[in-house]
Amino acid sequence: MFEQLDALLLARIQFAFTVSFHFIFPAFSIGLASYLAVLEGLWLKTGKQLYLDLFKYWLKIFAIAFAMGVVSGIVMSYQFGTNWSVFSDIAGPVIGPLMAYEVLTAFFLEAGFLGVMLFGMNKVGKKLHFAATLMVAIGTFISAFWILSVNSWMQTPVGYEIGANGQYLPGDSWWDIVFNPSFPYRLVHTVIAAYLTTAFVVGGVGAWHLLKDRTNLHARKMFSMAMWMAAIVAPIQIFAGDLHGLNTLEHQPQKVMAMEGHFESHPDGAPLILFGIPNSEEKRVDYAIEIPKASSVILKHDPNAPLAGLDTIPDDEEPPVGIVFWSFRIMVGIGFAMLGIGVWSLLARFRKKLYDWPMLHRAALVMAPSGFVAVIAGWITTEVGRQPYVIYNLLRTADAASPLDAPAVAASLLAFVVVYFAVFGAGVWYILHLMHKPPHAGEYGVKRGDTGPIRTAGITPGPSQNPGDPDTLPRDHEEATDGR
Amino acid sequence: MDVNVDLTTIWAFIIAFAVFAYVVMDGFDLGIGILFPTFDVGPERDRAMNSIAPVWDGNETWLVLGGGGLFAAFPLAYAVILPATYPLIIAMLLGLVFRGVAFEYRWRDPGHRRYWDAAFTGGSLVAAMAQGMTLGALLQGIEVVDRSYAGSWFDWLTPYTLLTGLGTVAGYALLGATWLVWKLDGESQHHARKLGKRAAWATLVLMGGVSLYNVFLNAEYAERWLTAPEIYFAAPVPILTAIVAVMLLRALSVNRHSKPFWLSLALFFFGMAGLGVTMWPYVVPPGLTIWEAAAPERSQIFMLVGVAITMPLIIGYTAWAYWVFRGKVADEGYH
Repeated sequence: MFEQLDALLLARIQFAFTVSFHFIFPAFSIGLASYLAVLEGLWLKTGKQLYLDLFKYWLKIFAIAFAMGVVSGIVMSYQFGTNWSVFSDIAGPVIGPLMAYEVLTAFFLEAGFLGVMLFGMNKVGKKLHFAATLMVAIGTFISAFWILSVNSWMQTPVGYEIGANGQYLPGDSWWDIVFNPSFPYRLVHTVIAAYLTTAFVVGGVGAWHLLKDRTNLHARKMFSMAMWMAAIVAPIQIFAGDLHGLNTLEHQPQKVMAMEGHFESHPDGAPLILFGIPNSEEKRVDYAIEIPKASSVILKHDPNAPLAGLDTIPDDEEPPVGIVFWSFRIMVGIGFAMLGIGVWSLLARFRKKLYDWPMLHRAALVMAPSGFVAVIAGWITTEVGRQPYVIYNLLRTADAASPLDAPAVAASLLAFVVVYFAVFGAGVWYILHLMHKPPHAGEYGVKRGDTGPIRTAGITPGPSQNPGDPDTLPRDHEEATDGR
Repeated sequence: MDVNVDLTTIWAFIIAFAVFAYVVMDGFDLGIGILFPTFDVGPERDRAMNSIAPVWDGNETWLVLGGGGLFAAFPLAYAVILPATYPLIIAMLLGLVFRGVAFEYRWRDPGHRRYWDAAFTGGSLVAAMAQGMTLGALLQGIEVVDRSYAGSWFDWLTPYTLLTGLGTVAGYALLGATWLVWKLDGESQHHARKLGKRAAWATLVLMGGVSLYNVFLNAEYAERWLTAPEIYFAAPVPILTAIVAVMLLRALSVNRHSKPFWLSLALFFFGMAGLGVTMWPYVVPPGLTIWEAAAPERSQIFMLVGVAITMPLIIGYTAWAYWVFRGKVADEGYH
């Protein structure tokens, strides 16, 4: 029994670790693919070299981020079976087809056109190349569509029947399953989050180069575009997040109770707890700073509306309050900080000092990685808030795991941690080096086999090759020569 | 039930097609990774890499379709096979991580290129070996009780699975070498042809070994291959395989460009057909048939609509992407 629990906990940590790591890359590449499509479209429309330069600058970064997303994504598609085999068996008939559709309509589309997008500009011509870029961008969106439908079904399962063998089987309508109650809200909220994440990365890179050289036209353009996104999309995101919250209140009330830290029911108006330390044992929030009745105003649009608390939920169905409470606050806090940057940029534009306000640039630089933090925090909020269920109110996480022993899962978890930090750490390092280089006129694209320009990337050349290394030993006297 | 029988059979063939597409397409990518240390540092390695850089991602997607398709069409098989081969699957996934990022990283960091080249080879080798051993673990049988894997930790590690693993490594090396015979020219092509010959012999010997082992592995397999009337249906497979093998070795001895690659594909095709004859109608031998593991009809129909619409498109634009990067690989790579 005790060993079983350990294996379960390890499997959960492994899934949380691999999915969180994976989520970082699509959160960036969904937005970046669209940004690249916009840049290339503007270049085709206006013929301005500036847009092509920016396209090529970000394409190099995209290539690395996308590769990391692909390899960490394949891990996910197998991990349902390796570590959550009971879940796979029981829920496979319903969610398996949705994931198969993701592969058929999104993964192939992205992968099929990626090669042309990265290396094919001179082979297929401008228009076809733009079409390839669009296909990759559309592919990233379709991918988000299906995988969020799957996740939403696990949050708000509808349209299923329970088979004689215990499996959940699809009901009459696939439409009901795909467009389950929380899906439209989750899709909008998550895709906008990806766009904002990318906007703040682009804005941060633009700000970095403006701080060094405020006359850099390329930096100005990317900073300006990113700040428009912040000013326009951040308020939309807060609105969409609010709607998503109301939807969660309707379908998963205990998740909202945990987000709000409402251990007790409030029959005549619930306070909004801004900060505090949730104490699950005593079932109260210590040191709470509250705004009376504000939670009822937000969630019910009525200061005196009653709100039920976790006291109405059996203890064994309560999500871990502390994690959900804090991750929710981190996400919301970053959302409002993004709004602040957006408003500040509007003010700067109005005063005609968008490119001459170092404080704004420093703030944008600090906010550059904030989207990733917000996305992961939001993900934790929704996933941990669903606990103790893996399929809400149907299948408990504890009943969904594979029959694996703890040492096996511990070993794989350790391997994932070591490999991910080493491999993706290196990838992030390479991306930061590319970002560190100022964008300039005549930017080169993704080149292969021609290391000249790449060597100037600011990467410290490694130690000279060890003469004893087999790689450097002459082989067979058949060495290939250039220019054949 | 009748309809379901047909749909399940169709789905078995779709999954088999996805696995075959993966094995031959990512097979040559992984094969190039396996052979990479034998290439000269510099232009020869760069060109080998360039010959697959635009297509490897699409090739690898077939693995996701194989896994995702199995999850969708045969969820019980997915839920049994993956825990049964847990260490192999994890090793394969981590191998593919190293292999996949090496494509980008080696160009980003010339100072550490040889480390990423090593990661490329190591990742490819581990992934190929793990895939072959997973196949072996499946063929030798997986113990299932109550819809769940009931074997022990190291059931997947036997002389037989080591043999299937090595066979897969050799077969991928053959695909990689013959791909390079097609895509390279001059000395590098000559080098690839030499590697191709060695890999072809290794593949044929190991394929033969696995086939013989299969017959002794369990009585049902033997009956299928060695007794009438089954033998009349089964016999063409080894006979055609032998003919292809002879043609392949001849094609590698003369100055052909694309022919060795196509014949290697044919070799893999007949190898897969042989596996099909051996396993049918089980998806998880010895106890779980495709019908017992199949998803319900509604799931099968829903997905079949998707496959019918998207598969021609996928094959179309994949073929186009290959067409764009046709011909011999130049030194400069793709600009």
